Amino acid sequence: MTTTITPLATYRNDLPYPFCPGCGHSPILDALNAALVRRGTDPAKVVIVSDIGCSGLSDQYFVTSAFHGLHGRSITYATGIKLARPDLDVVVVMGDGGTGIGGAHLLNAARRNIGITVLVFNNFNFGMTGGQHSTTTPAGAFTSTTPTGNLERPLDICATVAVNGAGYVWRGTSFDEDLPERIAEGMDARGFALLDIWELCTAYFVRANKFTRRAIQTTLDDLGYASGVIQRRPELPEYAAAYRAASRPGRPALGPFPIPVTQAASLDRRFSLLVAGSAGGRVRSGVRLAAQAAIRSGLYAAQADDYPITVRTGHSVSTLVLSPEPLDFAGMDLPDSVVVLSDDGLGKARPYLPRLDPVATVLALPEVADLPTPARVVVLDPASAGTRLAKADLGLAAAAAAVEFLGLFPTAALIEAAADGGRYAEELGKVVAAGLAMGAAAR
Amino acid sequence: MAPAPSPPLREYTDGSTAIVRGALDAGCNFFAGYPITPASPILMMMMRELPRVGGVAVQGEDEIASIGMCIGAVMAGARALTATSGPGLSLYSENLGLAVMGEVPLVVVDVQRLGPATGGATTVGQGDVQFVRWGTSGGYPIIALAPSSIPDCYHLTMRAFDLAERFRCPVFLLTDKELNMTMNTVAVADYAPAEVRPRPAPAAPGAPYRYTPADRVPPLRHYGGDETVRFTGSSHDEHAFITKHPATVDALNRHLAAKIDEHRDEIDLTEADLEPGAATLVVSYGVTAGAVREAVRRARREGRRLSSLVLKTLWPVPEDALRVAAAGVKQVLVPELNLGQYRLEVERLLPGSRVVGLNRIDGEMITPEQVLAAAR
Repeated sequence: MTTTITPLATYRNDLPYPFCPGCGHSPILDALNAALVRRGTDPAKVVIVSDIGCSGLSDQYFVTSAFHGLHGRSITYATGIKLARPDLDVVVVMGDGGTGIGGAHLLNAARRNIGITVLVFNNFNFGMTGGQHSTTTPAGAFTSTTPTGNLERPLDICATVAVNGAGYVWRGTSFDEDLPERIAEGMDARGFALLDIWELCTAYFVRANKFTRRAIQTTLDDLGYASGVIQRRPELPEYAAAYRAASRPGRPALGPFPIPVTQAASLDRRFSLLVAGSAGGRVRSGVRLAAQAAIRSGLYAAQADDYPITVRTGHSVSTLVLSPEPLDFAGMDLPDSVVVLSDDGLGKARPYLPRLDPVATVLALPEVADLPTPARVVVLDPASAGTRLAKADLGLAAAAAAVEFLGLFPTAALIEAAADGGRYAEELGKVVAAGLAMGAAAR
Repeated sequence: MAPAPSPPLREYTDGSTAIVRGALDAGCNFFAGYPITPASPILMMMMRELPRVGGVAVQGEDEIASIGMCIGAVMAGARALTATSGPGLSLYSENLGLAVMGEVPLVVVDVQRLGPATGGATTVGQGDVQFVRWGTSGGYPIIALAPSSIPDCYHLTMRAFDLAERFRCPVFLLTDKELNMTMNTVAVADYAPAEVRPRPAPAAPGAPYRYTPADRVPPLRHYGGDETVRFTGSSHDEHAFITKHPATVDALNRHLAAKIDEHRDEIDLTEADLEPGAATLVVSYGVTAGAVREAVRRARREGRRLSSLVLKTLWPVPEDALRVAAAGVKQVLVPELNLGQYRLEVERLLPGSRVVGLNRIDGEMITPEQVLAAAR
């Protein structure tokens, strides 16, 4: 069965336009209407997205769906609509004001080549708020905010979006007879289409500059700007389609990743261990494995990491808190034990060291074992590890050594947690074994 | 001899992961965000996971674009999440107003960090409590939920989506660096998903903002169906046409507040742990509530009486629960990682009561010891 859809004779509703006599907005919207009639799309599948300024009133004069948003952000709403529903025709109506304040969105929509059509109603000034200058005001032009003539160079919208990969770029005027065809062409184009439509603001710009239809052409010529179809790049991938093509169905890898309880820890109180090393020492992942092993032993474990903004340099510190009870509070005021692996780590551990309990233990590599603390300092000797420890092994090896030396929970849990490490299991197992040997030797 | 009961299965995870799990279980299928510590893990997980389940995740060119894309996507039928921290929330401001005015169901995670401006990117804070409430022009209400544990992050994310859909407004999930990034041990059974309510039948064609006086919430009709839909951020009539008609504008603006105020019973959520005869009630929220729970446990072990009210709904203020919990106590203690932002609300509700703050803004957490000392 086929359904015959009667094409609409117009996509306009019966409300008259509200624009000033001679304003270019009305003929541009007539051209948009003609383009919509020509394409014949179901009006419920067309969304006109407008923002602020006189052009922002436009969506109210059409029978399509409409989104009236904030100044300069229409491209972002249109992008969200297109990404969620790529089957919809999304047309942005914005002014030169919106182009300026939303400049970042314009650039990035062009660069992504998102399949929306942007009509810039470019009348070189802010017509709704009192004729102030915009990013497209020609140099020397008079506006309410350029009383001695505009000192700024106008933005070449078309060149900007074209060089950044827009699928379709056209420049013309509200007087051009082929405007409906060009708008339809832009909507037919696969990627980001922009039409920079120059027009007259009879309320302000025309009066302040004796600006005429002919002056539009003169200005174009003076600036040396291209007009007509400036770019057609149908070969470029459209973003919403490319996103879907690149997506692969699968199960989210978010867990839960249950940890079986296979060992029994005898720890009967809260215990906090500060492991203080350097970036690249895998302190955080080493402490993480120790925490998983503690959970295997029936304990509750929590871990807060501290590191500088930079990634491959400076300190890397993890605090491991263990308890036979749930850890509603995962913080620690003063650690029960500290492991110092480097000068970077010592810098972060130093404030705690003088305050430690004399019965506390500090485990330290030989080069950082001279420590200002009343606690007992025990040297971890890498030579006792039975294998050469790389810098990247230090975090895990030291965590394992601390578990062994301090007797926090059964070391078998560490070996099991390492064996659970998938494709890293063998490597993790070796480092855990080396760490346990180092901890045993220290005792 | 019967075998010992096996211990409940546990996992080692963090709040960021719990939020993403909650979002997916709530049917979230759109995310846009911009990298910012400490919210970036949510962005990265969403970029990884959403395409796997047929959704879309985008890294916007900035926060303004990110929330803008979310609003557009919601109006095209998506369920959207965005996540940021204080500095990014500053850039969300104008579009939060659009979501309020346009009645957009949208969940916004604010992973708080310390201080104004760049502040302490990797340090904990609770300084955005009033900011989320008053974060856009006009002064209209929003809903804000505050998880106080990793399972809370999961449950309240699901609840945030439910409330956003129910009331067609932005709903904040107010967390912080420690809650999102500190790993902790969680029982797997603590992640039972809530029911996801189906969307009600959409508003009448052509009247996207029409609601019944009894319910006050216009059912969402989105783009792409058989009917056209209009959306606007300007003062509008029920057809989404711009108007300055005083009675229509007055009704609209009152409606935006009333649809939340009149449904507080559906929004309020608190965890009361009250002890008869306790001299102190501790009112807390977010990561600070963890220290309070620990303090209560220790106090009771020592035979001390201490009451706690953990607020999981921050906005609107759960006024009834606060008044009930405070009845008969000698003082109300409000620990916060700011200079007393929510204490203002507690003082407003409890005139004549002794309300004291415990405030820390040095990037460290309030400890159970500090709570116990202040509760004396």
